[in-house]
Amino acid sequence: MTNLFNYIDRPSPIHRLTGASKLVCLIAWSVAAMTSFYTPLLVALTVAALVLFRVAKLRAKDISFMLGIMIVYIALNNVLIFLFSPNHGTELYGSRTVLIPLPGRYDITAEQLFYHLNVILKNACTIPIVLLFICTTNPSEFAASLNRIGVSYRVSYAVALALRYIPDVQREYHDISLAQQARGTEMSKKASLINRLKAASSILIPLILSSMDRIETISNAMELRGFGKEKKRTWYSARPFSKADIAGMVVCLLLVVLSLLLTYLNGGRYYNPFMK
Amino acid sequence: MKKFSVKTIVAIGIGAALFFVLGRFVAIPSPVPNTSISVQYGLLAFLSVVYGPLAGALVGLIGHTLIDFSNGWGIWWSWIIASGVFGLLMGLAAKVLKMNEAEIGKKGLIKFNIAQVVCHLVCWMVIAPVLDVYMMGEPWDKLIAQGLMSGIANAVTTAIVGSLLCVAYAATKTKAGSLTKE
Amino acid sequence: MKKEPIISFENFGFQYTAQAEPTLYDINLTIHKGEKVLIAGPSGCGKSTLAHCINGLIPNSYPGKTTGRLTIGGKDALKLDLFGLSKIVGTVLQDSDGQFIGLTVAEDIAFALENDCIPTKEMHEQVEKIAELVDVKGVLGHAPHEISGGQKQRVGLGGVMVGKVDVLLFDEPLANLDPATGKQAIVLIDEIQKRTGCAVIIIEHRVEDVLYRPVDRVVLMGDGRVLYDGGPDELLCQDLLPRNGIREPLYVTALKYAGVTLTPDMRPSYLPELKLSEEQKRQVHTWFSQQPQAPRPPLGDVLLNAENIDFTYAGGHHALKGISAIVHKGEMLSIVGTNGAGKSTFSKVICGFEKPQSGVLELNGIDLSTLSIKERADHIGYVMQNPNQMISKTQIFDEVALGLRNRGVSEEEIRPRVEEALKICGLYPFRNWPVSALSYGQKKRVTIASILVLKPEMILLDEPTAGQDLKHYTEIMDFLSELNRQGVTVVLITHDMHLMLEYTPRAVVFNAGQVIADKSAAEVLNSPEIVEAAHLKETSLYHLSALCGIDDPEEFTRRFIARDREVRV
Ligand SMILES: Nc1ncnc2c1ncn2[C@@H]1O[C@H](COP(=O)(O)OP(=O)(O)OP(=O)(O)O)[C@@H](O)[C@H]1O
Ligand SMILES: Nc1ncnc2c1ncn2[C@@H]1O[C@H](COP(=O)(O)OP(=O)(O)OP(=O)(O)O)[C@@H](O)[C@H]1O
Ligand SMILES: [Mg+2]
Ligand SMILES: [Mg+2]
Repeated sequence: MTNLFNYIDRPSPIHRLTGASKLVCLIAWSVAAMTSFYTPLLVALTVAALVLFRVAKLRAKDISFMLGIMIVYIALNNVLIFLFSPNHGTELYGSRTVLIPLPGRYDITAEQLFYHLNVILKNACTIPIVLLFICTTNPSEFAASLNRIGVSYRVSYAVALALRYIPDVQREYHDISLAQQARGTEMSKKASLINRLKAASSILIPLILSSMDRIETISNAMELRGFGKEKKRTWYSARPFSKADIAGMVVCLLLVVLSLLLTYLNGGRYYNPFMK
Repeated sequence: MKKFSVKTIVAIGIGAALFFVLGRFVAIPSPVPNTSISVQYGLLAFLSVVYGPLAGALVGLIGHTLIDFSNGWGIWWSWIIASGVFGLLMGLAAKVLKMNEAEIGKKGLIKFNIAQVVCHLVCWMVIAPVLDVYMMGEPWDKLIAQGLMSGIANAVTTAIVGSLLCVAYAATKTKAGSLTKE
Repeated sequence: MKKEPIISFENFGFQYTAQAEPTLYDINLTIHKGEKVLIAGPSGCGKSTLAHCINGLIPNSYPGKTTGRLTIGGKDALKLDLFGLSKIVGTVLQDSDGQFIGLTVAEDIAFALENDCIPTKEMHEQVEKIAELVDVKGVLGHAPHEISGGQKQRVGLGGVMVGKVDVLLFDEPLANLDPATGKQAIVLIDEIQKRTGCAVIIIEHRVEDVLYRPVDRVVLMGDGRVLYDGGPDELLCQDLLPRNGIREPLYVTALKYAGVTLTPDMRPSYLPELKLSEEQKRQVHTWFSQQPQAPRPPLGDVLLNAENIDFTYAGGHHALKGISAIVHKGEMLSIVGTNGAGKSTFSKVICGFEKPQSGVLELNGIDLSTLSIKERADHIGYVMQNPNQMISKTQIFDEVALGLRNRGVSEEEIRPRVEEALKICGLYPFRNWPVSALSYGQKKRVTIASILVLKPEMILLDEPTAGQDLKHYTEIMDFLSELNRQGVTVVLITHDMHLMLEYTPRAVVFNAGQVIADKSAAEVLNSPEIVEAAHLKETSLYHLSALCGIDDPEEFTRRFIARDREVRV
């Protein structure tokens, strides 16, 4: 499961931060990145993100797999945007500088390219932070952290349970699907879509019905050990905030303010270099 | 907020785990990039009907967030929220339409499927795109296209998987009461 | 030893809302502080229900109607809530995966403390202590799937002990544990009780295994009533256990066959202290010499041939290290070994569920690697440990027919074949029932039927009798040996040493991903180093024969089994 979420246990300043503060930073950071289209800020955030990456002693190969997905994803996303609205940029920036004329509405314009740049930057400055959070936060800390930042401990514990039982469910799914194949249920890519869905559900039914029995057992086990009796609960894996934690959170919250401020001063969401 | 029973908490946890495993390892690639035919929405619809709107919402939120965490493409709050809302709406629909999971029959199934199609359209054609426009400033046309694709795909899978689940579950339920005697 | 009572039932009865009849009838039962009580009884007799009443799941989680009184720790239990009770009674559930809630061992042990809002620092210290006590200090950071079945049990125990309870309640602690680990569990429970002085209640139908350490009292239940409540020695002198579908300790049965009249002062409940007079020993001797030689079945020719199979899981766990084994046509073979030795993995490799990195697999000389999972299934049927993982249809008939329908067999051919399979499995009367209405044992047989209907040459069962009482055990096993007589090759994965001796002439012993022995079941149990290495446990018959100075314990066992068969059928 740790490898599923790619937690890399390697002492570093970032690792030492508590999960709670990292969660706050993650949220603040993505909010800042989301609200803003102020290109200089996005560039700054991207650079900062990459710096933090070094600080966390993460190497490219640690996350090569995720990096791969990320690049493919960003590429596809941009292709899609261009296909469906090649003139979004011109509409946004209210000018039209054609660089390469192409048939139909598919002229390549500076505005469109600049817009794409912004979209890419937006992803490029959040995704590394997400990876950072995942790679440096021990899953055991997730629940405690959520509770720390104000989520009710019951809901937080639901998250812990999810993490706890993902490997079990995964293994069970694997076994059931094989048992079904052994009895001749066709699952290979050859089968038609409908048949594949039928096959899928012939696995889901046993998987889910047995999971529902499991829900029964687990909730009994939890009640028998006093879960849900008190208003709050403590956490074995919780850690007290250090100065670094406070500092980190303050900085990230300031980022949000900054991003809003810039949008306000800019008199609009979009930083527009094409205005004369 | 309303105090959950321990059983609901566990249901949310296990539900999210199921949602994750199905979404992460069982997703069948679809023609349109960035979207896949995800079996997990059949599950989500079913769980929402059985365990109620709040459970459904949280299963969607937690499950989808975990999927985004374990994949490399960052966290797409807009779509995560949409998943949560889907669970919520299905749960509410179940309450409003009085779908009692215990005796889902022909009529129940029709209700179930009308509800799920509507909920899917709302989530993927309205909520997800609107949020994306505001958060990511992406163009409408593209979002609508994406939304339409995944909306339809999810509705289809839910219709098949979800319905089968409801029927199977109903079978275990009704009979159990009447047959333990012998 | 009259101590003050901690739990007392007075004319207590209970009826589940879903049930037409009560499940428990006028129970009168008192458990004293620091007492160790074994509750035995056939499946479905109400043991777990009784446990639920003690730990408060009844009436808090399972609705129903109660009559009479139940007092726990001096208070009216029916008025206490779960949390109040959890301070007095600590429960270890049978399903150790369900019991294991934390992400890691440490977190699971800490669970109860977290709920009590114990400060984190203090919590760490307490967890250390408990981990010490149940001996899991080395794996505190491990996730549940990274530790063995035995360790899981210890963690479960630790998890309830942090609460400093007065009563420890175990519902079938031994199911799914290999014999030696089960033994350790019993020893651990015994030590814990001695140290903490809390009362211990063990629910089990493996009576002999629990009696590996002395108990103060045995309560025998049947059909929701208490049939016997008293000392273990007195109980074993009567024939209450076998009459109620519970296996009594083998040595006791043997003594009875030999015509020895047991008396409590012989201490029959605790083998190390069993006293036999010279006269009685002679009785056993004569019985032994009078029993006819037990026949040894000949081996057929090779059906399945596996040569140094090597397999490593994606996770990097090297589960099979050069396994070589042979299965002969028409034989009945058992695979035994430690928890986590690779038995299930091996069967998955045979069925093509997992692809070995190296090694040869041949069926009737055909290389299996050329066959798909589905094609292999036409020859080899695999019945998984947990029937719920195999059953995907709601109706029994459809479930059994599934394999045939997938193979495009015509409906008019399917019906007779399915019905035949159902008849063999004794399920014909239920053919139009929903699966959900069946008991665990019956579900197990449905899965067997759904495999049989495909007419495999060889059928492979993963722990077919785990958690079944003697009655269902006999049902399943007799029906398997009947199949075997009809020519089907049967391979069993089991932790039950007596099953191995009773039904399978040959045994393959796994340990840490390797085959460490492949010989007659009796020989296996007669070689201490194998028993030691593979966490097996020679049956008490060996000790008995030693006690009576019989020099051929294997033959003694064989003759006992032959006799036992006659008696039981
Ligand atoms: N939740 C429930 N609702 C209705 N009936 C139940 C419930 N749990 C158990 N029963 C019934 O009560 C009876 C006793 O069940 P119980 O689990 O106590 O048996 P047991 O002695 O523990 O059997 P085993 O040894 O197989 O665990 C059974 O007939 C069962 O069908
Ligand atoms: N899907 C899996 N992925 C990784 N490791 C696994 C997987 N399944 C089993 N293992 C590991 O492989 C080893 C052998 O497991 P296996 O289930 O074959 O043991 P076993 O002999 O069947 O044990 P038991 O008697 O308890 O059933 C164990 O250490 C187990 O943790
Ligand atoms: Mg029971
Ligand atoms: Mg196994």
